Amino acid sequence: MAHSAVPVTSRWPGVAAAALVLVLTLGTLGAVAWRAEWGGGLAAADWAAIRFTVLQALLSAFFSVVLAIPVARALARRRFRGRSLLITLLGAPFLLPVIVAVLGLLAIFGRGGIVNEGLEWLGLEPISIFGLHGVVLAHVFFNMPLAVRFILQGWLSIPAERFRLAASLNAPVGRLLEWPMLRAVVPSTFLVIFLICLTSFAVALTMGGGPRATTIELAIYQAVRFDFDLGRAALLACIQFGLCVVAAVLAWRVTGNDPMGSGMDRVVQRWDVARWGADYAIIICAALFLLLPLAMIILRGLPGIFDMPGTIWVAALRSVFVALGSSALCVVMCLALALRGGAMVSVIGVMPLAASGLVVGTGAFLLVFPFTRPSDVALFVTMLVNATLALPFALRSVAPAVGQVQADYGRLAMSLNLSGWSWMRLVVLPRVRRPLGFAAGLAAALSMGDLGVIALFAGQSEETLPLAMYRLMGAYRMDAAASAALLLVALSLALFWICDRGGRADADM
Amino acid sequence: MRNTTYLPAVAGLALCATGAMAETPVLQVMTYDSFVTEWGPGPAVEAAFEAECACDLQFVGTGDGAALLARLQLEGPRTDADVVLGLDTNLTAAARETGLFAPHGVDADLDLPIAWTDAEFLPFDWGYFAFVANADATPVTSLQALADSDVKIVIQDPRSSTPGLGLLMWVQAAYGDEAPALWAELADNIITVTPGWSEAYGMFLEGEADAVLSYTTSPAYHLIAEEDDSKVAWGFDEGHYMQVEVAGKVAGTDQPELADQFMAFMVSDAFQSVIPTTNWMYPAVTPAGGLPDGFETLLTPETSLLLSPEDAAAKRDAALDAWRTALSQ
Repeated sequence: MAHSAVPVTSRWPGVAAAALVLVLTLGTLGAVAWRAEWGGGLAAADWAAIRFTVLQALLSAFFSVVLAIPVARALARRRFRGRSLLITLLGAPFLLPVIVAVLGLLAIFGRGGIVNEGLEWLGLEPISIFGLHGVVLAHVFFNMPLAVRFILQGWLSIPAERFRLAASLNAPVGRLLEWPMLRAVVPSTFLVIFLICLTSFAVALTMGGGPRATTIELAIYQAVRFDFDLGRAALLACIQFGLCVVAAVLAWRVTGNDPMGSGMDRVVQRWDVARWGADYAIIICAALFLLLPLAMIILRGLPGIFDMPGTIWVAALRSVFVALGSSALCVVMCLALALRGGAMVSVIGVMPLAASGLVVGTGAFLLVFPFTRPSDVALFVTMLVNATLALPFALRSVAPAVGQVQADYGRLAMSLNLSGWSWMRLVVLPRVRRPLGFAAGLAAALSMGDLGVIALFAGQSEETLPLAMYRLMGAYRMDAAASAALLLVALSLALFWICDRGGRADADM
Repeated sequence: MRNTTYLPAVAGLALCATGAMAETPVLQVMTYDSFVTEWGPGPAVEAAFEAECACDLQFVGTGDGAALLARLQLEGPRTDADVVLGLDTNLTAAARETGLFAPHGVDADLDLPIAWTDAEFLPFDWGYFAFVANADATPVTSLQALADSDVKIVIQDPRSSTPGLGLLMWVQAAYGDEAPALWAELADNIITVTPGWSEAYGMFLEGEADAVLSYTTSPAYHLIAEEDDSKVAWGFDEGHYMQVEVAGKVAGTDQPELADQFMAFMVSDAFQSVIPTTNWMYPAVTPAGGLPDGFETLLTPETSLLLSPEDAAAKRDAALDAWRTALSQ
């Protein structure tokens, strides 16, 4: 790169990581298209699915981000006991398997849920949660935690020195510091959540109340499972990628530059925040919305937790192993890509989000099948795919930090002739350990709950915890499944907390 | 390799052991997930068959019936599977079209409510679709009555679930050209459509709906495994659509004798007696010991509905369009 001085690191890890992402996204799509017999184009129902998909994804992303901003601001401005625990717990919904989260939400908003009981008590008409509003509500429940984390990171990345300067000049913090930070952080957060909701299938269908809530991903599912029309599946997957590219370009157009510069990483002390009541009210509302369904899941699963069959514990162990593997892989890939930087990395960083889970799984199956039995490589492929799927979130939080280090300390390092591993060890890694810990934790937790690839590949002896939970449900054992779900949530959160905490070991917050 | 006597004794032993293992013929049976779990029929079936076949029976589980067919279509003629077990009659036409199946050659005395003549696919169990509800709710007596009532139900999506497809065919078989009209009337009863059976059944148990599309045998699970008689299946005047689950022998199998032996074993007592309380379906051949206690309490429909595989395949797409249009209003 000519315009800025960046110490030299090896090229090939970044290239290898990019290649892996391309194989697992476009490569698997290619494998599916290769096997397809091409027939007609899209039916009217497919167009309806595309329209509904975009509409619900836009609404979901909009509400997730808009609601997350005040919550992130309140959390950034306030210090209280249990704050760090609360921040970790608020992230839980994002890590829940779909069916678990849906049942948790229904316990609050469903027919016999707390909300309707309250309305009945007040003598009001009960509300139905099913419909477009239900889809959006569920997506906000899933994704607002992610938005809060990203935006909170944005707030915490404003150096304390800037706040002091603003305070001493009596300058407006909102316009000079917070607005530019939001301009830099919000568009990409919106993009990530839009793309997650773009590939939603089970949530949209279940909460949407019927086939009018058909998404592109469900249409792909139908093409593969119901019609065995791989051509249409590939075509729909291409449309999903196309929408992803359009959304990504739009998001980058409105993204502002982060003008903060470097600081000394001190704790931010704020002089400008007086009304603590509003902040705490916002935090309590968000906590109720996000944690009540979680509490219902805990209550439901707790009684049977020690009556679960032994195989569940074995499956849990296997899942932890897969999670740690894909977390390590994700962190390495993420660092390699972040160090390369550039537009290509930005594209690769969002591509896995637009990939259809079923197409990735089917394509990987077609790629692997000629060479080996799919069940033999089930856990390894699951690790690879999950590391790739978690990459967008990891990059989203690590890449800006790495870019910042390169901008702030690159020239100094060049003048000291610092490069390669020494540059990584002495400068980069210590300065990005917080986002890196977050990324590792997120990758581990997401991979714990994955039910995409493993369901296509696994035999009996490769059963992971989510798969075991789903199989329990399929065998009428809903109580045992609820306990397995609780174990899954607890393990995911524990893995996330350990990694995230590790990244913040000597930090002040 | 086994002649390499200069290898250390332990390694030599290990190699001999691998050699001995390799000589045990392996029969691969591809089936749906819930068949192979520790609560499913898989473990008992495996033990019983291995006791008589001097072989290694391996199950490969994959999703549900529809996922099973898709997997077979993906693998094509290169598949390692010797037997495919777990398709139903709504899927057999497409399965037959792959040309991957050979005649099963088994002449069994089947206890099905209908005549069975398929040369390639042999039933191993069957059941009736039904709406399952709480015993204390007022029973609904027909699809039409359900559509006219304000009873709230949860069903499965026919595009992603075999019971969902079963309901589509049920309405089609009972109402024919009038099916779209019935769906339009049913629309306000359906609170939501789930991707699979588990989600729907879970939502029903959590009280989200008055009834759920499942099987007449579902109350047997609650009665026998949980000693809970609070769930019943509603009997409908139009009759009940059947699900007949079948297995087929893969034509390109490298173990044709073993596959034949398995197909014959499948309709024997050792296999069939496991089915009722593991797969929670009716056995295709009633075992000598009869059905387990509790099964006599189940609903026995007077009319059994079932479209032939060819009929089901031919009517599927139009029925799905009508379903989607009616429920999207």
